[in-house]
Amino acid sequence: MSRTLHAEWAKLRTAGGTGWLLLAVVVLTAAVGAAAAGSATCHAAGACGQDPARLSLTGVDLGQAVAAIIAVLAIGGEYSTGMIRLTFTAMPRRVGVLAAKAAVVTGLVLASGTVASAGSVLAGQLILRGHGLAGPPLSLGNGADLRAALGSALYLALIALLALGVATLVRDSAAAIGIVLGLLYLFPILAATVADPAWHRHLQQIAPMTAGLDIQATANIRALPLTPWQGLGVLAAWTAGALLAGGLALRLRDV
Amino acid sequence: MTAPVMTPYRPGTATGHDSFAYLLRAEWTKLRTIRGWIITIFIAAMLPTGFALLNMGQCTVSTGTNAGTGTSACPAPPTGPGGEAVTDQFSFGHRALAGNGSITVRVTSLTGLYSGSGSVSGASASGGGLAPNPTAGWTPGIQPWSKAGIIITASTKPGSPYAAMMVTGSHGVRMQWNYTGDTAGLAGNVTAASPRWLRLVRHGGTITGYDSADGTSWTKVGTVTPTGLPATAQAGLFAASPVHNMVTSQSAFGGSGTFATSQDTGTFDHLSLGGTWPGGVWTGGDVGDTSGPSGLDGFRRAGAGFTVSGSGDIAPVVPGLSVGGGMRIEDAISAGSFAAVIAVAVLGALFITAEYRRGLIRLTLAASPRRGRVLAAKAIVIGAVTLAAGIAGIAIALPIGLAKLRSGGNPILPVTALTELRVIAGAAALIAVASILALAVGAVLRRGALAVTAVIAGIVLPYLLAITVLPAGVGDWVLRITPAAAIAVEQSVPAYPQVTAAYTPMYGYYPLAPWAGFAVLCAWTVAALVLAAFLLHRRDA
Repeated sequence: MSRTLHAEWAKLRTAGGTGWLLLAVVVLTAAVGAAAAGSATCHAAGACGQDPARLSLTGVDLGQAVAAIIAVLAIGGEYSTGMIRLTFTAMPRRVGVLAAKAAVVTGLVLASGTVASAGSVLAGQLILRGHGLAGPPLSLGNGADLRAALGSALYLALIALLALGVATLVRDSAAAIGIVLGLLYLFPILAATVADPAWHRHLQQIAPMTAGLDIQATANIRALPLTPWQGLGVLAAWTAGALLAGGLALRLRDV
Repeated sequence: MTAPVMTPYRPGTATGHDSFAYLLRAEWTKLRTIRGWIITIFIAAMLPTGFALLNMGQCTVSTGTNAGTGTSACPAPPTGPGGEAVTDQFSFGHRALAGNGSITVRVTSLTGLYSGSGSVSGASASGGGLAPNPTAGWTPGIQPWSKAGIIITASTKPGSPYAAMMVTGSHGVRMQWNYTGDTAGLAGNVTAASPRWLRLVRHGGTITGYDSADGTSWTKVGTVTPTGLPATAQAGLFAASPVHNMVTSQSAFGGSGTFATSQDTGTFDHLSLGGTWPGGVWTGGDVGDTSGPSGLDGFRRAGAGFTVSGSGDIAPVVPGLSVGGGMRIEDAISAGSFAAVIAVAVLGALFITAEYRRGLIRLTLAASPRRGRVLAAKAIVIGAVTLAAGIAGIAIALPIGLAKLRSGGNPILPVTALTELRVIAGAAALIAVASILALAVGAVLRRGALAVTAVIAGIVLPYLLAITVLPAGVGDWVLRITPAAAIAVEQSVPAYPQVTAAYTPMYGYYPLAPWAGFAVLCAWTVAALVLAAFLLHRRDA
């Protein structure tokens, strides 16, 4: 396994663009988060429903797309060049290869995700200081805010693993990223067109992005359709399903 | 014997092989011979229907009576003469006006009240015979579009054609007709010190409105022709006051607002009538089902004049933001059209990046060295195919989705056939142009996954952020400058300045006019195509 891990680490490290994509996760997440925090205003006195942690971490909405690209290219790149045949000849335990890819991708995305979310919260802390939002000021020393930040890094890692599973299943990078982003972005758009509160709530409970991002909530937690960790659990279930389907497909079909 | 001289065989160059038509045919052949791509086109066409069927929202109202409680489908709002859904609720003191005639009145005050937040219905305490004042604890205050004045209407049935002159809470004197028409008259609020004189004159099918500050020098505000006005109309004094509507915040994945019932009271005197007014008794009553405090709405004599107190509005329905709203036709297809956009973005990007991956691009460009023409041919082929798939997909999804919504008891706001056609064509065009944008971005980036992500991050993500987390003003700007502005092409109900509401993306109101929003996407696509053509010339294949 350690040889497999080493091989996957070498491939990902030397593939052109991985470093840039990891940097993009940090920069895009923090930049969009800072822009969202900077645009926040309270229009009605005393009635500001903005959640400072969630607002500062808005950039995760975009950063997750880059995290998904990293994961998709980790396997899709091999399929597009035919390298995958060499990989599986050298390492016939295919599921082991997928596990090694998952481990390497998780490590990289978790690292850049932690930097990205910590940077977002720190930026939000500076920007939101004078905005008069309700509640205690944003700080990584605060338990709920720390949970939101670290949870966002976990969220990004789970999204990357979800993308890895889907890419293994469909074997094409472009199609895989389309499916993953569709799965993430279309649920909340559909929920927005649903007027029925019960069905709206139900959609929010099963949507991987909406449920997973509940981990960022620090205000009005009682109004959420799921608790923060339950929400992340829903995303983890989607991820497990995608990895399982990808692993089964690897075992059962030709390369 | 000499051998006969034979001309060696030379394949003649068939004329036209370098023509653009052949290039188109070549690209079409590439597209149709890859099974996965044909499947993707079918998926893109079917996705809107699939998403339309996912909209399983129910709309019910409780029909609680003493015999028991039940639920029924939400009632559809009445329809105005222009075909649009309207709110038509007001207090009305009226008499029949036969043929031509006029009505003139002086308004000396307009005051109002609204219930506290959280108490939408103020009539809950009307159980016993000695009900306490239902408006006890209400806040004094007039709504910007509270209105009182004179009206000539076809009948007291909601949705009737009409023309009216009125004073308003903070928009001065207005002439309004047939729910959507609105012309400004004298500015300034009405007070006892500066009363307003209003006059409506009916002549045949036309009604002319006048206003005056002193009752002697009159200014014409407008002349309108409300279609379908019968020979004998109902005319008189009215008052209506829309819900007190305050959107307090738009937070992550949800917003909150307060709606409170309001009531206004207009005080009138110097009423004078011209023409034939058969049946000499003034009748007071409510038009429509007003949600106002029971017992206090109404038309009363007060000394030499009258007062009219009313709740409700005479205006177009603003979906989601007013009493008696409903679903819009785009609610059935907008999520599905974004799904189709994602599918064709994958297709459009692969249409060029697959050639780079397999090295086919070198053969393509060797066969057709004018590289810009290759890009143009690809854009036309992918655009035409996805346009056809989009039209078919949306045209199938819309009736299915509307039937699904209706079966859940949701009233659908009616729109004109032209608007419905624009929504279908616009959604299909959005899908087609998205595929061309993906093609151009794919030619620039040469990596399928990056191109698909860029297009989705440009079209889908800004829309998602604007309708969920972004503050309304920022969301408006995002939907002006990003390719996501094209979603405006699906907006079927316009924003009405004469109705107070939060016209934000979250509620389905976009900052640009339908085709202007679509033009923003087209501008991005043209820019991407130009960059792609430039790089295609500059770079090695």
